[in-house]
Amino acid sequence: MNLSLFVVVFITGIALVAAALAIAGLIAPRSYNAQKGEAYECGIPTHGTSWMQFKAGYYLFAILFLMFDVETVLLFPWAVIVRDLGVAGLVNILFFLLILILGLAYAWKKGALEWK
Amino acid sequence: MFDFSIVTQWIDVFLRTYLPEWGALLIEFVLIGVALLLLYALIALALIYGERKICAFFQCRLGPNRVGPLGLFQSVADMVKILIKELIDIKHNDKFLFNLAPYLVILSSMLAFGCLPFGRGLQVIDFNIGVFFIMAVSSIGVLGILLAGWSSNNKFTLVGAMRSGAQMISYELSIGLSMLSVVVFAGTMQTTQLVAAQQSGWFIFTGHIPMLIAFVIYLIAGTAETNRGPFDLPEAESELTAGYHTEYSGIHFGFYYLAEYLNLFIVSGIASLLFLGGWAPLHIGNWTAFNTVMDYIPSVIWFFGKTAVVMFIIMWFKWTFPRLRIDQLLHLEWKYLVPIGFVNLLLVVLITIFNLHF
Repeated sequence: MNLSLFVVVFITGIALVAAALAIAGLIAPRSYNAQKGEAYECGIPTHGTSWMQFKAGYYLFAILFLMFDVETVLLFPWAVIVRDLGVAGLVNILFFLLILILGLAYAWKKGALEWK
Repeated sequence: MFDFSIVTQWIDVFLRTYLPEWGALLIEFVLIGVALLLLYALIALALIYGERKICAFFQCRLGPNRVGPLGLFQSVADMVKILIKELIDIKHNDKFLFNLAPYLVILSSMLAFGCLPFGRGLQVIDFNIGVFFIMAVSSIGVLGILLAGWSSNNKFTLVGAMRSGAQMISYELSIGLSMLSVVVFAGTMQTTQLVAAQQSGWFIFTGHIPMLIAFVIYLIAGTAETNRGPFDLPEAESELTAGYHTEYSGIHFGFYYLAEYLNLFIVSGIASLLFLGGWAPLHIGNWTAFNTVMDYIPSVIWFFGKTAVVMFIIMWFKWTFPRLRIDQLLHLEWKYLVPIGFVNLLLVVLITIFNLHF
């Protein structure tokens, strides 16, 4: 039942965008002008394309995020039963967290968290 | 307290007496879809009006007051206007990704919206991994924003999208950590059970100081996640015109606007679900008379009221703190919120295991 409701909500989201676009396509005006298709800038044509190499700093944070996001996925099932596991569960997960925090400390030490 | 599942049961029985099973199911699904769409649009309209009014009062202005009484129809007029605006075709963009991006943004907010418990028995999706599911679907929004910025082939949108991507994925960690604290404390991820566990006392009260810290971390990270307040540098209008949606026009732009306000509602709704008890009324220990009076207030009012309070706080942030720089923003997350979140998670585990909570 939940899965079919998920599909219903999914279709609702798609339908919202598609219906609004269809209505706008019917009633919105259209006019054609060569200048209109240019990229939005301060009035002068854009210099070159925007699909280019970009600052690597963002990439570093994305890599760090990946590490912690996978950790979150692993921690959620543990979090549900932590009350039953008791102290043993805490000790077991501490090793996992320790390795993870070491990773963060290493990145910090290496200067990956600095914005240069 | 009124149970809305009575109404849905009644509709279900009514449809099944006149129609075969598949027909009844089909009509129910259509009803659910229409109800969600209406609620989605209504909340967005109310929020846009509310935000404009509140911002105006913070700045000693009057805000919209011409269209309808107290300017109530201003956002309706705006929505009609945005529908009849022209959709401009940009020449050098990636057409497929450019048109796909609004679908992803709306879809992620719609799926998270469907998981919220609006009242007793008034909820669409109730997975047993509820909170985790909400976190998973709301992170699809980042993808839509990155695609929008990249496919527009414009420098403003590229910088805006990159900033937004870095910001949203970073702050998602803090959201995850504070959600983990609540899951540890409640021992369940299902939204209905989370609310049921808070009937006798909201987690922010029963969970001592660690839960309060988790709530504050959640509020900061949630503000960043919605690209608002002091964290609005993906669309800093003084530097980037409009950020990642600069090239979008008409209703295309409207989708981003809609999703942004709905994300504000969803973040506040989750805050009230996780920390403030969802639709559970305020109960204080064994004050029986007080608790009985509180039970008379409908559950829907409790949920929307708490959500409105959290939304007001997030709007308040916007007019209190100056905008952060990108390096300050990432430092705040990685050097302060993530370590604090980890220590706080361990504290919550300790008070859970040793039963130190109320």
